[in-house]
Amino acid sequence: MSTELISPVTAMADAEHDAAPVEPSERRGRAPLTTGGRIRLVFAHLGVYLAALVFVSPLVYAFFSALKPNSEMFSMPPTLVGSELRWSNFADVFAYGPFLTYIGNSFFVAIAGTLVVLAVSTMAGYAFGRLRWKGRDLVFVLFLGTLMVPQEVLVIPMFQVMQWLGWVDSYPALIFPFAFTAFGTFLMRQFFRGIPFELEEAARVDGAGPIRSFLQIILPLAKSAVAVLAVFTFLSFWNSYLWPLIVTVDYASHGTLPIGLASFSGLQGTRWDLQMAAAIISMVPTTVLVIALQKHLVKGIAMAGLGGR
Amino acid sequence: MSTTTYTPRRGTLARTESRQALGFVSPALAGLALFTIVPVVLSIVMGFFNWPTFGDKEFVGFDNYVRLFTQSPDFWPALRNTFVFALLYVPISVILSLLLALSLSSRIRGRGALRVLFFIPVVTPMVANVLVWKMLLQPQGLFNGLAQSWFGVQLPNFLADPQWAMIMVVVMSVWQGLGYNMLIFSAALEQLPESVVEAARIDGAKGFRMIWSVMLPMISPSIFFASIMTMITSLQVFAQPQLLTGGGPGNATQPLVQFIYNQGFKFQELGLAAAAAWILFAIIIVLTALQFRAQKKWVHYEH
Repeated sequence: MSTELISPVTAMADAEHDAAPVEPSERRGRAPLTTGGRIRLVFAHLGVYLAALVFVSPLVYAFFSALKPNSEMFSMPPTLVGSELRWSNFADVFAYGPFLTYIGNSFFVAIAGTLVVLAVSTMAGYAFGRLRWKGRDLVFVLFLGTLMVPQEVLVIPMFQVMQWLGWVDSYPALIFPFAFTAFGTFLMRQFFRGIPFELEEAARVDGAGPIRSFLQIILPLAKSAVAVLAVFTFLSFWNSYLWPLIVTVDYASHGTLPIGLASFSGLQGTRWDLQMAAAIISMVPTTVLVIALQKHLVKGIAMAGLGGR
Repeated sequence: MSTTTYTPRRGTLARTESRQALGFVSPALAGLALFTIVPVVLSIVMGFFNWPTFGDKEFVGFDNYVRLFTQSPDFWPALRNTFVFALLYVPISVILSLLLALSLSSRIRGRGALRVLFFIPVVTPMVANVLVWKMLLQPQGLFNGLAQSWFGVQLPNFLADPQWAMIMVVVMSVWQGLGYNMLIFSAALEQLPESVVEAARIDGAKGFRMIWSVMLPMISPSIFFASIMTMITSLQVFAQPQLLTGGGPGNATQPLVQFIYNQGFKFQELGLAAAAAWILFAIIIVLTALQFRAQKKWVHYEH
């Protein structure tokens, strides 16, 4: 199993050294189009754009619904835009329940969790990928083996552990339990192995220890891989639902954004207008991240898709 | 020759490096021990106990497992719902995202932006996506509203009808997850060696033949990988039914993970929940192993 999983990532690490990434398709010489080909191409565009329109319409409709008065949410016939564009809905979300706390908690947990994951996995990845020690490969295989255990098996006993530690309703409970998965370590190890050993060797000969070599040579070379890991880790913390739902009892103090969103409907009947506004707000950071990093998207999936969620 | 004189130095160096390596790897090892190894062992133990959230624990042997299969009214339906969801979701999601990746060829203008568009629901919080669909699927929501005002047709109450509820959980999930597999397939298609595609073109392969006989076999490792990952995540489905339908009507859309969640955190039966989680794990392992066995028939590795 592991051999197939490793190959695309190592290929990634190799590709990383090419200075300018060229879209393979752009390198290809294309045969000029015939008239029939041109017509087909027009239809291909129509089909794809139509599919995209259908695909994105739920989000567009949700956005405009967030701007409607609640009484017009389900008007018949349905309208895209309500009688007014009530931007104040977005402000009202914050007055309705501890929404600001949810956002703050989500940012804090996601950023802290990402920092923990980055520190732990780059260090361990360095030890597994570039240092020689006894039992290294055996420990690594054990590490990888834990990737197979699904979250559902872990959450029940993890909750018990949290109770014993007194961590129920706390930030550590939201940050640490799933910050030590073997995935990040695996990713960094694969990447570090692709860096030529000569680069480090020279520094080591000059007397640099592994700590200096790790901080000053290896990490700077791995910037893009670290960035990809950071983005996908942030997203998984930001979107995490099952674990926060289990380990948070008092939503008003330690609820994260997904928990807060889910609890909106319970209060005083469903305020769909505010719920949509809140949903849109929660989508903004992740959407911005994806648009900002779209160039790395395919690359990131090739790396992080191998076990990320 | 020189190795004999070099050996002692090498030995000390190796020892130093081992010590340093231990320093680098110990945070990961400690975390993994506390947050993975301990829970896994504890979970096995809990599965053999009557383990309420508060109060005394009592060893019951295999009783939890027996109870699940013989006395728990929601367990069999949860198993069935999980399989129904996976059986519908995996093929639809894989085929649609493959079609999408194939249509978004390099000849399409603005395909970078389109890719981002299709990828957005993958990274936005699942809870937010589900809430959007919950609004659309209300009896007075957009879908029924359009059907009534355009065609005068009254659509079924999607979330209250057992069969429609499951279909809508699948539809919503396909919409949400489409962009993920699409990117995997796009990446694979871009890495196709131009020489092979060109050779096939010279041999007269066009359109459907080109896709079916040349491209698909060549990206079959990616299709295999995507199918496995999609299947594993589909067996773990939770948020979509939990928020869209609450597992209902009745227990018509309640999957195994929601069953586990309810047993553990609604009814405080952590032992029973742990046992059910191990059954889920066993199902995942068996189905993954079966797929790995079946891959020899249709997956082609080049190297």
